[in-house]
Amino acid sequence: MGPGVRQDDIETGLEHGAKPVTAETIIQSLASGLLMGLLYGLIAVGLALIFGLMDVVNFAHGEFLMIAMYVTFFLFAYFALDPLLAAPLVAAALFIFGAVVYLLIVRFAVRAKANTGMVQIFSTFGLAVLMRGLAQYFFTPDYRSVTHSWLGGKTISVGGIYLPEPQLVGALIAIAAFAGLYFFINRTDFGRALEATREDAGAVALVGIDKNKVFALGWGLGAALVGLAGAVMAIFFYVFPDVGASFATIAYVTVALGGFGSVFGAFAGGIIVGLVEAVTTLILPASLKTVGIYAVYLLVVFIRPRGLFGSI
Amino acid sequence: MDQAFAQRRRRDLIVAACLAGLAALVPLFVKDVYYQNIMVLTLMYAALSQSWNILSGYCGQISLGHALYFGLGAYTTALLYTKFGVLPWFGMVAGGLISALVAMVLGYPCFRLRGHYFVIATIVIAEITLLLFQNWDWAGAALGITIPMKRDSWLTFQFARSKLPYFYFALALACIAWFVTWWLEDSKWGYWWRAVKDNPDAAESLGVVVFNSKMGAAAVSAFLVAVGGGFYAQFVSYIDPESVMGFQFSLLMALPAVLGGIGTLWGPALGAVILIPLTELTRSYIGGSGRGVDLIVYGGLIIAISLARPQGLVSLFARKPKADARPVREAVAS
Repeated sequence: MGPGVRQDDIETGLEHGAKPVTAETIIQSLASGLLMGLLYGLIAVGLALIFGLMDVVNFAHGEFLMIAMYVTFFLFAYFALDPLLAAPLVAAALFIFGAVVYLLIVRFAVRAKANTGMVQIFSTFGLAVLMRGLAQYFFTPDYRSVTHSWLGGKTISVGGIYLPEPQLVGALIAIAAFAGLYFFINRTDFGRALEATREDAGAVALVGIDKNKVFALGWGLGAALVGLAGAVMAIFFYVFPDVGASFATIAYVTVALGGFGSVFGAFAGGIIVGLVEAVTTLILPASLKTVGIYAVYLLVVFIRPRGLFGSI
Repeated sequence: MDQAFAQRRRRDLIVAACLAGLAALVPLFVKDVYYQNIMVLTLMYAALSQSWNILSGYCGQISLGHALYFGLGAYTTALLYTKFGVLPWFGMVAGGLISALVAMVLGYPCFRLRGHYFVIATIVIAEITLLLFQNWDWAGAALGITIPMKRDSWLTFQFARSKLPYFYFALALACIAWFVTWWLEDSKWGYWWRAVKDNPDAAESLGVVVFNSKMGAAAVSAFLVAVGGGFYAQFVSYIDPESVMGFQFSLLMALPAVLGGIGTLWGPALGAVILIPLTELTRSYIGGSGRGVDLIVYGGLIIAISLARPQGLVSLFARKPKADARPVREAVAS
């Protein structure tokens, strides 16, 4: 695979390296790619949800993930709480955080009279930079990790294919979360209010739905989903202030691949991204593995400027 | 063209000339190298942001991947000099031309994209190039290139002892970027760009060639940013992919314009004069690097400005509206 492997390759826990490409390694990579892809989908779905609701891209989405991972880490470090047990708490914390971000920042950004598009981009962008700075200041730039957990470092063998347990459980959680989200959007009052608001925010006001409340809850829900993803990620990935940055780009690509605003496009986009990453690592040096994902993004939007499942 | 507008443009030009003249005198009084260094960076970011503003502000195509052109300029200059002995003066122009060409090649597919799809494409393309440079052994890969210091000379544009030559070059670059903006603002292109920004469909139907307008803006913008990159390579005399092509440069190019006023003539310069010294000083007085204090300042400022003054700080200097634009109550009272 050449001498190109220079970066610390800690990112996904996929199998990398200079092994010969055989049928077995291909299946092995695709299997771990699929698991990672489902997790990517879970990371990205909050972004898609919020965009679908109010046409705003949360450029601080990666930092939401970072905060979730830190919350998981500190729950582990101070209360010895396993990340799996911590996950609901982390999701709840992020729910509140997301709603607060909407009420304090985004609510005003969408009201801006001049340069509305720019204000939306740069206000959440500013939040991302601020959160990263605060994390560096309070948590230091050190890499931390959840050193022992129920699943950490374990693998399970399914028909000769080794699957890392954290990713496997993460993928299952992702599937459950998507199923739950589907049920939620289609079967509950709040879900219907969410759908109605994304269809026509002006009309829902007429039937007595408070647009702001729906938006705040939408931001809370989006953040809670990325919180769930963060709790799983913390099991097998380092926690540091910039951790969100690389996953954020992947999340944007995932969402854009599926088509902005399409919640289940994010699910499909995640799987595609995971598989593409797995294939890329088979043929390119590990330090180039995100190139494949980015190239696929460009390819898709050049052919379909609204993504695979995007409307309009 | 109406007379008030012509007058305003003439006044802008005179004010700019006076400010540039005053700026040229500053290093005669401020001899501390630390402060001179901050001034060089401030002028460089003013120039970069002014160039970014052409594509993203005037033409409305928000690029968060301009580090690509900055890096290409830096690498072209450094590689031509270290590998082939080509003087940096030619290197900077070559870097500019290559970047302009790249901008148009990339613009061809990208300018079909709108909104967030475009923004993400710019981020992704810069990121791909960064990764490729990190793996390109001939260009030093992740270790980068050190430009050997020989002796102080204008020919090779290196000065070990004095910051002054860099200062004046950066000042000239900022003036050029400002002047190009000033000149284009009132050209056919300038009007096209604003039309494209406000409503591309309407512009198209009125006969503006939207696609070509975007291409033109991208080429000018990329050229100037790349010259800035070539300058930076000479200034720091060591470059590696992360330090010239990293995402932070894309951000640092956009911020002054956002702060000062996107799509305005004076916004980027005003933003740079406030932002760069502020962050450099807070960094050295409060935090030291690695503590993230600069990020906290940037982030807080961006949120505050974009929410409180979406038109940018330059709007504070806007003259009062004319009498007939006053609110009715006020007009009646007077």
